[in-house]
Amino acid sequence: MDLDPVLLSRIQFAMTIGFHFIFPPITIGLVWLLVIVEGLGWKRKDDVYVRMGKFFGRLLAITFAIGVATGIVMEFQFGTNWAEYSKFVGDIFGAPLAAEGVFAFFLESSFLGLYLFGRNKVPKGVHWFSILMVAVGATISAFWILVANSWQQTPAGYVIQNGRAELTSFAEAVFNPSMVIRFFHTVDAALITGAFFMAGIAAYLLIKGKAADVARKALKLAIIFGLVVSVLELFPLGDRHAIQVARTQPEKFAAMEGLYVGQTQAPAVLFGIPRTSPEPELMAKIALPGLLSLGVHGDMDAYVQGINDFPPDEIPPLFLTFVSFHSMVGLGMFFIGLMLLGAFLLYRRKLWDSKWYLKLLIISIPLPIIACELGWIAAEVGRQPWVVYKVLKTVDAVSMTVSAGEILFSIILFGLIYLFLGSLYLYIMIKEIKRGPEPGKVEEVAS
Amino acid sequence: MIDLNTTWFLLIGILIVGYAILDGFDLGVGVLSLFARNNTEKRIYLNAIGPVWDGNEVWLLTAGGALFAAFPIVYATVFSGFYLAFMLLLAALIFRAVSLEFRNKVDSPGWQRLWDWSFGLGSLLPSILFGVTVGNILKGIPIDENGLFTGSFPGLLNPYSILVGVLSLVMFMMHGALYMTLKTDGELRGRMAKWGYGTWIGFVALYFLATLYTFFEAGYLFEGVLSNLLFWILFIVLLGSIVFIPITLKAGRYFRAFLSSSLTITCIIGLAAVSIFPKIVSSSIDPGYSLTIYNASSTPRTLTVMLIIALIGMPIVIGYTAYIYRVFKGKTVITEESY
Repeated sequence: MDLDPVLLSRIQFAMTIGFHFIFPPITIGLVWLLVIVEGLGWKRKDDVYVRMGKFFGRLLAITFAIGVATGIVMEFQFGTNWAEYSKFVGDIFGAPLAAEGVFAFFLESSFLGLYLFGRNKVPKGVHWFSILMVAVGATISAFWILVANSWQQTPAGYVIQNGRAELTSFAEAVFNPSMVIRFFHTVDAALITGAFFMAGIAAYLLIKGKAADVARKALKLAIIFGLVVSVLELFPLGDRHAIQVARTQPEKFAAMEGLYVGQTQAPAVLFGIPRTSPEPELMAKIALPGLLSLGVHGDMDAYVQGINDFPPDEIPPLFLTFVSFHSMVGLGMFFIGLMLLGAFLLYRRKLWDSKWYLKLLIISIPLPIIACELGWIAAEVGRQPWVVYKVLKTVDAVSMTVSAGEILFSIILFGLIYLFLGSLYLYIMIKEIKRGPEPGKVEEVAS
Repeated sequence: MIDLNTTWFLLIGILIVGYAILDGFDLGVGVLSLFARNNTEKRIYLNAIGPVWDGNEVWLLTAGGALFAAFPIVYATVFSGFYLAFMLLLAALIFRAVSLEFRNKVDSPGWQRLWDWSFGLGSLLPSILFGVTVGNILKGIPIDENGLFTGSFPGLLNPYSILVGVLSLVMFMMHGALYMTLKTDGELRGRMAKWGYGTWIGFVALYFLATLYTFFEAGYLFEGVLSNLLFWILFIVLLGSIVFIPITLKAGRYFRAFLSSSLTITCIIGLAAVSIFPKIVSSSIDPGYSLTIYNASSTPRTLTVMLIIALIGMPIVIGYTAYIYRVFKGKTVITEESY
C-alpha cells in the first residue's frame, strides 16, 4: 500500500479540527448569552430567566464536554502528526498554546463545575460570576489559539536561525498583523452561532407550546443579540478581515475572490463556479465591476493581484477556497436578513404568531456552524501550500517517524469515535430540548 | 540561582505532579467505579468527582502545552514516537470525558451500563498508558543522531514499562480510594478504606519490584544519586508518606491519608525527575543522542516569556481552584443537578 503520510495527516487534521470546531462556537456564543440571562435572573429576581439559565446551562454542559474531549486531541496532534512543524516553530508556536492552558482552560473548566453544581451552594452573585468566568475563559482560549493560528498566516517577531524559527519579540509574534481582526471576527462568529442556537430552540418551544414564558424572553434576547452580532460580522469585521487578507496574503485573497487575472478595476464576484482547467476561470459569473479594487484599496483604478501574478506552485486550491469563502459570505448575509426580519416581527408584535418564521429559525440552527467551518476552510486551504506562510510548507511539516499505516489506523479510530459521538450529541441534545425548561412555580400549582 | 532550562524542567515536573495528584484520583475513582454494586453507588463515584474532574484534566493539557513551549523537540519526538499509544490514550480520555455527561441523559439501564463501562475503561486505559510512557522514558528509547525515534509500538510494550504501567494503575486506584473516603460515609466509606489498604499493599510491592527492575533496565538513573541531597530528601519523605498511609487510614484520619498519598505521588515523580536530570529522554542507541534540557529546549527568550506567564497565571489558578474545592467540600450527595 503506497499511501502518502502527508495526505493522511492532512485528512486527519481536517477531520479532527473540523469536528472539534462544531462545539466551541456554540459554547462561546451560548455562554455569553447565559451571562446576560443569569444576570437578568439575579438582578431582576426573575424566575423565568433562572429557568432559562438552567435549561440552556444543561445544553451548554453537554456541548462543553464534547468540546473538551475533542480538544485534547488537538493539543496532542501537533506533536503526533506534525513533529517537524513542532520542532521548527515550537519556539514561537508552543507559548500561545501553553498560555491557553494557563489562562483559559483552567478558568473555564473550573468555573463551569461551580456554575453547574454550585447554584445552591454559593451566593447568587458568586454563581453569576462563575458563568462570567466561563465566558471569559472561553474567550481567552479563542484569543490564544487565534494568536497561534494567525502567526501561521502572518508570521512576525521571529528570525530563522539554528534550523528553526526563533522568537525575537513576543509582543510582535502575538500581535502579528492578522491576529486582532481574526480574533474579533471569530468570536463574533461564535456569538452569531449562540444567538441562532438560542433563537431556534426558543422557536421550537413556542411552536410546541412548551414553557412559553421562557421561550418568548429567550427568543427576544436571541434576536436582538443576533441582529447586532450578525451586522457587525459584515461591517466592520468581515470587511476589515478581507482587506487584511488582501494586504498580507494576496494569493489567498485572489483565490477567495476568484480573481484569476490581476487587473485594475477588479470586480467583486457575487456568484461563480470556478473551473481550473485548461485555465482558471469562473463560470456563470455574476460580478460588480471595479468594486473589488474599491473595497481593497479605496480606488477603482487600483491594481489587485490575480492568481496569474504568483508562481504556480505557491497558489492555493482555487475551487475550495473560492466556494467556501463565498458560501460563508452568502450565509452571513442570510443571517442579517433573518435577524432583521425577526426584529421587525418583534417590533410589530407579530413574532409569536409567525409560525413560518419560527420554523425558519429552527432549521437555521446549524447554519452558523456551517458558516464557521466554511470560513476556516477558506482560511486554512487558502494558506496552502504553506503551513506557515512563506516560511514552511505543509509537505515539510509532517512527522517523519510515523508510518502511513499508523495514521490510517488513527483516522479510522477517530472517524468512528466522532461519528458515534456526533450522533449521540444530536440525540441527547434533541432529547433535552424536547424535555424543555422545568415548569415555573405558577404552572406547577396549576397542574 | 538555577538556570532557565532547569527552571522549566522543574515547572513541567510540577505540572505533571499536579496532574497526577488531581486527575490521578479521578482516574482511580473511575477504575473503582467498575466495582460499584448498584446504580446509586455508581452515581456517587461520578458525582464525587463531578464538579472538579474537568479542571483537573486541564493540568494534562497545560503540561502538554508547556512541554511544547519549553522543550518542543521532546514534545515532537515523544508524541510522534509514541504515536499509537497516544492515540489510544486520547480515545480513552475522550470516552471518559463524555461518559460523565451522557450517562444520566437517558433513563435506560442498557444506556447507563454502556457509559459505566466507558467511564471505567476510559479511566483504566490512561492509568496504565501513562505508566507505560514513563517507563519507556526512564528506560530510554531508540533516538538516533538526528533526534528521530527509530522504535516501534510493540517495542514500547516491554515488560519494564508494562510493570510501571501496572504500578501507576494501582497507585491511582489507591489515591482514588482515599479520595472517596473523604466523599463518602457509612458502609461505602468502610469499603473504600479497605480498597485503600488493599491497593496500598499492591502499590508497595509493585514499587519495590519496579525499583529493583530499574537497577537492571535503567541503571544509569542511579549514577551519582547517592551523593545527591535532593534525592535523599525525596527518598526519606517518600518512605515516610508511604508508611503514613495505612497508619492514618487505620486511625480514621482520612484527609491525612489522602495527603500522604498525594505526597507519595509527588515524591515518586520527583525521584524519577531527579534521577533523569539533566536528560529528559534518554537514547537507548547512544547516551550522546539523548534529549536534554539544553539540546531540546526553546530559546532563552521564549523560556523567559513562558516563565512570566507561569508566574502570573499559576498562582491565580491555584487560588480559585482551592476556593472551588472548598465549595464542594464534604460528602457527596445526589441532588437534581447530579450526574
